[in-house]
Amino acid sequence: MTSTAEPARAAPGLITHTLYVLRSNPITLLAFVLLALFVLAALIGPYVVPHDPYQSNAANALKPPSWQYWFGTDDLGRDVFSRVVVATRLDLLISLSAVVISFFAGSTLGSLAGFYGGWTDRIVSRLLDTLMAFPLFVLAMGIVAAMGNSVQNIVIATAIVNLPFYARVSRTEVNIRREAGFVQAARLSGNSNLRILATQIFPNALPPMMVQISLNLGWAILNAAGLSFIGLGVRPPTPEWGIMVAEGARFIVSGEWWLALFPGAALMLAVFTFNMLGDGLRDIVDPRQRS
Amino acid sequence: MTAFVDVRNLSVDFKTRNGLVHAVRDVSFTLDKGRTLGIVGESGSGKSVTSYSLMRILDAAGVIAGGAITFEGMDIGSASERAMRDIRGREISMIFQNPRAALNPIRKVGHQIEDVLRQHVQADAHNAREKAIEVLKQVRINNPEERYHSYPFELSGGMCQRIVIALALACKPQLLIADEPTTGLDVTTQKAVMDLVAELTRARGMAMILITHDLGLAATYCDHLIVMKSGEVVESAPALELFRNPQHAYTKKLLRATPHGTDSVRDLLPEDMRPAEPAAAPEPAAAKDRTPLLEVRNLVKEYPLKSARGGVFRAVGGISFSVGRGESVGLVGESGCGKSTTSSMVMRLLDPTSGTIRFDGTDIGEIPAGAFARSPYRGRLQMVFQDATDSLNPRFSARRSIADPLLQLGLKGGERLSGAALNARVEELATLCGLPHHLLDRFPHQLSGGQKARVGIARAIAVSPDLLVLDEPTAALDVSVQAVVLNLLVDLKEKLGMSYLFVSHDLAVVKLLCERVIVMKGGEIVEQGNCAKILEAPEHDYTKALLAAIPHPPI
Repeated sequence: MTSTAEPARAAPGLITHTLYVLRSNPITLLAFVLLALFVLAALIGPYVVPHDPYQSNAANALKPPSWQYWFGTDDLGRDVFSRVVVATRLDLLISLSAVVISFFAGSTLGSLAGFYGGWTDRIVSRLLDTLMAFPLFVLAMGIVAAMGNSVQNIVIATAIVNLPFYARVSRTEVNIRREAGFVQAARLSGNSNLRILATQIFPNALPPMMVQISLNLGWAILNAAGLSFIGLGVRPPTPEWGIMVAEGARFIVSGEWWLALFPGAALMLAVFTFNMLGDGLRDIVDPRQRS
Repeated sequence: MTAFVDVRNLSVDFKTRNGLVHAVRDVSFTLDKGRTLGIVGESGSGKSVTSYSLMRILDAAGVIAGGAITFEGMDIGSASERAMRDIRGREISMIFQNPRAALNPIRKVGHQIEDVLRQHVQADAHNAREKAIEVLKQVRINNPEERYHSYPFELSGGMCQRIVIALALACKPQLLIADEPTTGLDVTTQKAVMDLVAELTRARGMAMILITHDLGLAATYCDHLIVMKSGEVVESAPALELFRNPQHAYTKKLLRATPHGTDSVRDLLPEDMRPAEPAAAPEPAAAKDRTPLLEVRNLVKEYPLKSARGGVFRAVGGISFSVGRGESVGLVGESGCGKSTTSSMVMRLLDPTSGTIRFDGTDIGEIPAGAFARSPYRGRLQMVFQDATDSLNPRFSARRSIADPLLQLGLKGGERLSGAALNARVEELATLCGLPHHLLDRFPHQLSGGQKARVGIARAIAVSPDLLVLDEPTAALDVSVQAVVLNLLVDLKEKLGMSYLFVSHDLAVVKLLCERVIVMKGGEIVEQGNCAKILEAPEHDYTKALLAAIPHPPI
């Protein structure tokens, strides 16, 4: 094909492309709709819920789901629906900040190891292996127990246990592009090594990292909820899915299933959403998919 | 009596995001036993799709939209998948373009041959090994008993292609489809591989379809040729006839663009595309300044061997040459001869083990490669890479790629550009390289091979270098695109007065572009001197072998 024979067709923009990805893949579309719901709940949830999530009412304790209390009430008579919605903000915030931290720290370490190789690579890789050798949840428990029981430390612990995943993916993705033609060309153009790594190689490693980010968001939520479940991190009466499941679990045997089921379902749906999101995100950030 | 292979009005459609693409339209041909048919065309012409339809191995998006394919009286279009499985490999088999990709990388080659033999019940557990070694012998693999245990990565490209041929021929098929079997192989290996295929098919009375973009190759090895363009057959004729008396304008254009036997790079282009006036022979700058621009003395590159005994591998063994101001020098040799290592060292991407690289009087070899990016010499030495696709950042638009050296190095003299001035310079470069401006905002995957090559060239000349190293810049391009790019390079040299170091394995191309040629083999220079003289009367045996391996169409 000669250059003149090809019709002049402009590259579709990001929005058109996003719409295309969503239209061609209904699962991605569903994931984005669910994500929008979660984000909406996190942003405006506390202002629109029908009841005060902290307001206890002994007369209404342990009421099953009804028109007034959609998800029923707990042992203190608090509205479970309101508490589930309000908890969204805290849970998303913990997982998002943990993932952001581990993404930046992990991909910096991994990229440097992949780009420079040699001793940098050996030291970074062995450190990561050490980290990976621990059962991750136990490690997170240990970190929180050692550093103190606070939301901030939950974020840090979750970030640390997720860090090796980013470091490994970015190390491999950077390493395979280290000697690519466009990297040599960038050297000829007078780019320094760090500049090449940051502006030429790393952006090309983003698509697989996107999948990792979205999967990790799911894990991070589970991790935070798990820590709360065993009594670390967020403390009652703060609404948080993990605590709510932990508290509700005591009542399942006596037949009050709604206490644990609804926060558990919210947790499951959130993890499900983030897991499904990955492929769609990857397709959106990859310019090669745009034609 | 119908023909052995009879393709009638074949049409193949592909479903894509932008609607239906007619990859093949109304293609008909016949092929008899013992004959060879060449399907020639440039990339995207539908030649591979045609052959895939014959074996019914189109990918999921492709459907045979019309027409009929008959093989030995059997209708391929309506055959069951089960019947096709028996036909593939036993009746029709195929040699693929990239032999390394066609072999399972973690399985011994001997076992891979056994797999095929046993799949088609040509061997059983007792004699499979014996038969596999016999097949290896037939494709002239030395020490077949030892090679039986080799993995593909331990073999050279030519050897891998022999294994693929062995796989294809193991079950004695009636029809062999060779899809660009020698692309990516050296000329001498190409000749050896093609001679082997021709001999084996002739000895067994097989039919062969050779798919290639190289008219010279097709004409050398085929009885009949069909020329395809945009999914349609534009001309079908016996090979000799097609060469002596091409009918269709496209065939003529292809023939002209093939550099074998042409004298001037201008002759490669159709008449209406040639420059209006014959470019006045430029005064060589060398006449004014006698000192060479680049002077390489005793350049050596050694790599430590990773064996227990230690020792070194000498990639480049003490070579000396020079490139004058405004001169084009060809650096020719086969893969592994050290020509790319040499060009990397000259470009200061790689540190030499010893030796000097004097550029404009200064020994730039003393500046370590890692620090050269900040050297004032960086902008004066630039390079056009072999694989245009690989050399462009997939996330950068063409505009951003061309602007990169300008942003980092600035114009000659150090002036930095930004905003409108930068855009103007990028557009000026695009015009200079014949790249339409609306393509500047596209990403590499949205550009054709020729367009990507232009972006690569525009980037390399952006900072007005004195020396441009061209590392096989046309190896991945179709002949007609190659013709245009070669002409562009000649024009640019005339306009900008650069010196070229043209690295290539193709002597026919070097002859058109270079004044002097250096022939390398095994890290050493075996012959260097005036280009025309060396091609007319080569002195070294290796140069003679290289020249003899270029396929000569029987004109």
